[in-house]
Amino acid sequence: MATRRDFLKGALAAGTLFGAGQTAQARETHHVPEGALGLLYDATLCVGCKACVAACKAANGNPPEFSTVDHLWDTPLDTSGYTFNIIKMYRNGTMETKDSEINGYAFMKTSCMHCADPSCVSACPVSAMTKDPVTGIVKYDPNKCIGCRYCVAACPFGIPKYQYDSPTGRIGKCELCRHRHKDGHYSACAEVCPTGATLFGKTSDLLAEAKRRLSLKPGSITTFPRGRLGEAAAPGVTWLPEPDQSYEGPVGHYQQHIYGEKEYGGTQVLKLSAVPFEKVGMPKLPPYSSAATSETIQHTLYGGLVMPIAVLAGLTFVAKRNVKPDEGDEQ
Amino acid sequence: MSAQHHAKPTPVGGPLLNAVTLTAGVLILIMAAILAVRFFYGLGSVTNLNDGYPWGIWIVVDVMIGSAFACGGFSVAMLVYIFNKQEYHPLVRPALLASLFGYTLAGVAVIIDLGRWWNVWNMYWPWSANPNSVMFEVAICITLYIIVMWIEFAPTFFEKFSMNEAKRRLSKIMFLVIALGTLLPMMHQSSLGTLWVVLGQQVHPLWQTPLVPLLFLLTAIIMGYAVVLFESCVASSAYRRSIEMHLLTPLAKVMLGVVAAYLVARLADLLWRGVIGLAFAPSLEALMFWLETACFVAPFLLIGTESQRRNPARLFVAGIVIMLGGSLLRLNGFLIGYETVIGAETSGVNFRYFPSLTEILVTVGMFSLEVLGYVIITRRFPVLPREEAHA
Repeated sequence: MATRRDFLKGALAAGTLFGAGQTAQARETHHVPEGALGLLYDATLCVGCKACVAACKAANGNPPEFSTVDHLWDTPLDTSGYTFNIIKMYRNGTMETKDSEINGYAFMKTSCMHCADPSCVSACPVSAMTKDPVTGIVKYDPNKCIGCRYCVAACPFGIPKYQYDSPTGRIGKCELCRHRHKDGHYSACAEVCPTGATLFGKTSDLLAEAKRRLSLKPGSITTFPRGRLGEAAAPGVTWLPEPDQSYEGPVGHYQQHIYGEKEYGGTQVLKLSAVPFEKVGMPKLPPYSSAATSETIQHTLYGGLVMPIAVLAGLTFVAKRNVKPDEGDEQ
Repeated sequence: MSAQHHAKPTPVGGPLLNAVTLTAGVLILIMAAILAVRFFYGLGSVTNLNDGYPWGIWIVVDVMIGSAFACGGFSVAMLVYIFNKQEYHPLVRPALLASLFGYTLAGVAVIIDLGRWWNVWNMYWPWSANPNSVMFEVAICITLYIIVMWIEFAPTFFEKFSMNEAKRRLSKIMFLVIALGTLLPMMHQSSLGTLWVVLGQQVHPLWQTPLVPLLFLLTAIIMGYAVVLFESCVASSAYRRSIEMHLLTPLAKVMLGVVAAYLVARLADLLWRGVIGLAFAPSLEALMFWLETACFVAPFLLIGTESQRRNPARLFVAGIVIMLGGSLLRLNGFLIGYETVIGAETSGVNFRYFPSLTEILVTVGMFSLEVLGYVIITRRFPVLPREEAHA
């Protein structure tokens, strides 16, 4: 009748689950891959024409969405399962001056940031959401997706969205128009942007360009490229030739912050703004990703199934002693 | 081990058609009709789910809370077979039955909520599996556990159909099944909490903590005992049997011990992360936090003394309060303390969620299915201990 000793043994076996994990390696936040492709959005150059919203719809074969009574134009208020890119607007007071925090207005593009360490990829149980190892594009595969919407809940930018009105609803999000790359086309939003507010290119090139702009004196004249920056592409892809579309314009009164350089370990889409980013709907995020935190916990507890097997061995040992061989047959 | 003589489980008997089963039947039919609409017209046709709140009560109540309610089998089996408290043995089978239904239906509830359910095989397809995903681990563990529980429960069917040879063979490896049946719920009940870690700062700091797996594991165990207290009282009153007070009184004490451990861990975590001040902010989150905490403190007032624990009414109420507390922890983290952080100020879109009537009726139907199954099995199969034993 060594019940007390057995009790302690059982407690020991149960305690192992949490005790042994202390030495496991924390999973570091991933960084942007070498060949990462992305966008640079400069809110001070954006005129709010929404050509990018229309081009995105056309490139992705998405239907219009209406928010006005007459249903005349595509007027989505936010990204959705059918709208992967939208220009939102900051308004304050009299709204007189563009890019002014007080009594001003400003634009902000909302679309997938293509995180270095995406929460949606970590969350997805069936690898329907994956990050391309070369271009870093966060890709979606509807043939694997089970529609659990964990990616929708996980994304700190509220980007993957689900089509609730359909019995076969998919997740919708920007994939940087990767389906057009083989034909030499890059992201439609950057292709059509008349002011170069949305620029396509290699993330490292875009980061250098963003740093150049921040180093210039506000109001001075500089050259702004349009369309894409450089020729960098995924292996096997060549962009269609296009003429030099750059133009001269005044440097914006930027916040000294490149959004996406550090957030969550970095994102492949970078943003510049004259109005503080939190005011234009970009969340303040730490330099580490929650995917890293989540996976550190999971790998600590379940890495190589070491701990579950150890605990199972302990439980089996104790259960073998405590379960009578004629269990369930007590006469 | 212990030579205690326990009452052999026997079917309760009696009619299968009565007010309870009829009501449950009607509610199940209503659910079936709503689900038909859902499968033809999409999730949006019957739910208030939206992109700010992609998970509603079908996930948080039916799966998260429902499976925690179904931890009775695991909690009691652990007490009996791992901690060798053989005196609780008569509670194992009824608790296991409730668990079996709870989990099987949680599994069904997941499928109903999946937007692309026909792809669910990818979860078990090695080339699709993502071991980094918390949900992958939860899904695999729950699937295995449902299978393990059916095996654990199989002797009941073997007895009913006099399959003595099968029963004898199974009994030889039962210790392994029981060990697995303890490990698997420890794994996935804790991971159900880890699910919200990747949601980052969208979950309110009163709930967003790397300690959440421990908090979920402890509350799942506690809720398991609470459900046993609750269910024993209900079964006794419904079937007009005497209550097994000689088991429930000490069980309640065990439960209080785990509640104390939980409260220490919860408070230490809030202090360690320096967010306790948020509990005193004038917010809905703070109010919900105190409601949740009160539910875990209340049992000490209700059943804190030995004489109080001999009062079945007090055990019943304490059971309900704990079930509520564990439910609030899950509801608070996944729905009330969850907010999609981006963009309301620039788009004018402010996501809100409250379940629709049809959504609620499906959840009600799910629980009705559980009640109906429990009544049928206990009346026809040997689950509850024979009455005369403690009469």
